[in-house]
Amino acid sequence: MNSFDRLPTDGARAVPIAEDARSTASAGAQPERLLILEAGRTERNYWRDLWYYRELFAMLAWRDVSVRYKQTVIGIVWAIVRPLLTMVVFTIVFGNLAKLPSDGAVPYPVLVFAGMLPWFLFSSILSDASNSIVSNANLISKVYFPRLIVPSAAGVVALVDFAINIVILFAIMAWYGFMPNWQIVFLPLFVVLAVLASLGPALFITALNVKYRDFRFIIPFIVQFGLYVSPVGFSSAVVPDAWRFWYSLNPVVGVIDGFRWCLLGGESQLYMPGFLASLAVVAVMLWLGIRHFRKTEKTFADLI
Amino acid sequence: MSDVVIRADGLGKRYLIGHESERERYIALRDVIARGARNLMRSASDMMRGRQLIVGDEVEEFWALKDIDFEIKRGEVVGIIGRNGAGKSTLLKILSRITEPSTGRVEIRGRVASLLEVGTGFHPELTGRENVFLNGAILGMTRAEIRRKFDEIVAFAEIEKFLDTPVKRYSSGMYVRLAFAVAAHLEPEILIVDEVLAVGDAEFQKKCLGKMGEMAHHGRTVLLVSHNMMAVRQMCRRAIVLRAGSIVFDGAADSAVDNYAVNQIDRSPRETWLRPASRPIEALGFSKIDATISGRQPDHVLECKIDLESVAEFASAFVAIDILDEVGVALMQALPTVQPFILGKPGRHHIALDVQLPPLVPGTYTTEFWVGSHNTQTLDVVRDEIAFEVLETPTPGRTFPHTRDHGAIVPKSVQQYSFLGSSDRLTEAHVSEGRRPE
Repeated sequence: MNSFDRLPTDGARAVPIAEDARSTASAGAQPERLLILEAGRTERNYWRDLWYYRELFAMLAWRDVSVRYKQTVIGIVWAIVRPLLTMVVFTIVFGNLAKLPSDGAVPYPVLVFAGMLPWFLFSSILSDASNSIVSNANLISKVYFPRLIVPSAAGVVALVDFAINIVILFAIMAWYGFMPNWQIVFLPLFVVLAVLASLGPALFITALNVKYRDFRFIIPFIVQFGLYVSPVGFSSAVVPDAWRFWYSLNPVVGVIDGFRWCLLGGESQLYMPGFLASLAVVAVMLWLGIRHFRKTEKTFADLI
Repeated sequence: MSDVVIRADGLGKRYLIGHESERERYIALRDVIARGARNLMRSASDMMRGRQLIVGDEVEEFWALKDIDFEIKRGEVVGIIGRNGAGKSTLLKILSRITEPSTGRVEIRGRVASLLEVGTGFHPELTGRENVFLNGAILGMTRAEIRRKFDEIVAFAEIEKFLDTPVKRYSSGMYVRLAFAVAAHLEPEILIVDEVLAVGDAEFQKKCLGKMGEMAHHGRTVLLVSHNMMAVRQMCRRAIVLRAGSIVFDGAADSAVDNYAVNQIDRSPRETWLRPASRPIEALGFSKIDATISGRQPDHVLECKIDLESVAEFASAFVAIDILDEVGVALMQALPTVQPFILGKPGRHHIALDVQLPPLVPGTYTTEFWVGSHNTQTLDVVRDEIAFEVLETPTPGRTFPHTRDHGAIVPKSVQQYSFLGSSDRLTEAHVSEGRRPE
């Protein structure tokens, strides 16, 4: 009697043990490690941690994307209307009224759109990421994860809009019968460059924004000025040669020039010294941004 | 490798808080402008030096935690108890890496999941299904893990029908059930939980406690912060009592709860009210009231020492004490006598009253002290000045929290009768009736 009683119980208990084994196995890719928390201590496993949280990154990015156009009437069409209208205005103002020259034989709208593509990518990452930590305050103060995930995930939304815009660009190019050259294979590299160029200042400002909300008001200014300071509505060949190198210290100049070089084939030339200067500025800013972000991210929960 | 999974060593956490100093509260426009300019200068210089911005003129250091040392072994279930502001949540925040300690260090072995809030990161626009995945990822589950447990989570939350409805359309009960269901299916090596059980209806809370107990029995290390003393007693073998940022007790859960309750009686419920000069007595009024809780549930007593002062002639009077709940609903009135026993002449009176309290559910209660000559003629009332807190449940063995929809008072005892031999047959009868005809 007694032994009969015990049998099913043992069987039932075997289930959770098996489950335990499985869950340890899933976490087992990462052997049990010693975690030390101390004031001012920088995490040694930071980058591995970041990799460990890649699924959270994907989920947050997916959340931002799927929530973006909820409860709007025209939904995703907003992603098309905004750049299209900007292009029309810029073409009229810079191309028709100011009569600025295009690069070679490139139709002016195509020139504008090819410049706007990276600019919108840059500016949306900058503004979305900067506010991302503050707007996810409830997460920051309740759960641990490498904070770098939040602004990076916000950047993914900008990439989705970018993907839509690039389809529009190809449609416009087809409309004007303009064919890209072999250089277009380098486009992905320049997309990465645009993301890195925006991530540097974005991370820096994100971290500052947690402490000083002033930056929330500064960002729209940067975006507004940047649109005119960067060669979005015009070709950077318009800039006098003596100024060209200094002009290229604006990292967006290198990015936009790179995009035009890829997309518009041989018509727009890459100004090498300027481009390298842009690259260097991007690298320095990225380094500064990540360094500052990592130095301050542990205090986010206290300051937010 | 030792068996210690968490070791805290001299842990401390400091916050800076600002005050507005008394003399700075000017009204004149000139002063307001001058102060504004000064604040601006200070903020700007703080920012230049990369310091935190603090509102107010005086900055004070505040230690939320100080010199905390403890060790937690693998498989231990430890309760952390203490009053609001004792540093419990700060401790959990440090252990779950949300904030870093100001002093000391912590060593942690193993994968930690922390549950400081139910439904962290739920997005109102997303559906129940989407939120399960989102919340799961936030709590540190992998997507494969969530997919594997998805059906179980949905069944636990009892929301199958509304899986594809945005959670902003959920009732608050459904929302909380779904949120807890996700959390309950976490399988970390170390689980850190903060008071999440204080949500949902009683039925669901019972289910949650059961789930937590199950987790504890599977050899997981659990740290539980709770105000629910019975839950701590039942689930934890060990408990740490925090007071004002320091550990005042660390040991067996039963002794910890006793220690906490005793400390509680020593400290907070003793309340003294002194008549402010701004409220002079007209004829007869209270000049001082002193109230203390003594004894433990269900035999606790509110001991009142009342000083009355009369400055004019009045019709003889008597006193009454009302006990009210947090929102000001009167629960009961204590009337020592209906005879006017305070003679209507100028002078001082000292009265001591022991009010035998009924078994009260945990919560904060306030009082109203009344004196008058007739039930329609009030001479003085002191309302909401004296409050006391009840911490332990009056029902022995109750582990699920009390909710106010079942009242504030429980009977002193409930007699239980069972009818011999009938209950078994009754169940059988139900079972056979409930079966479908074949």
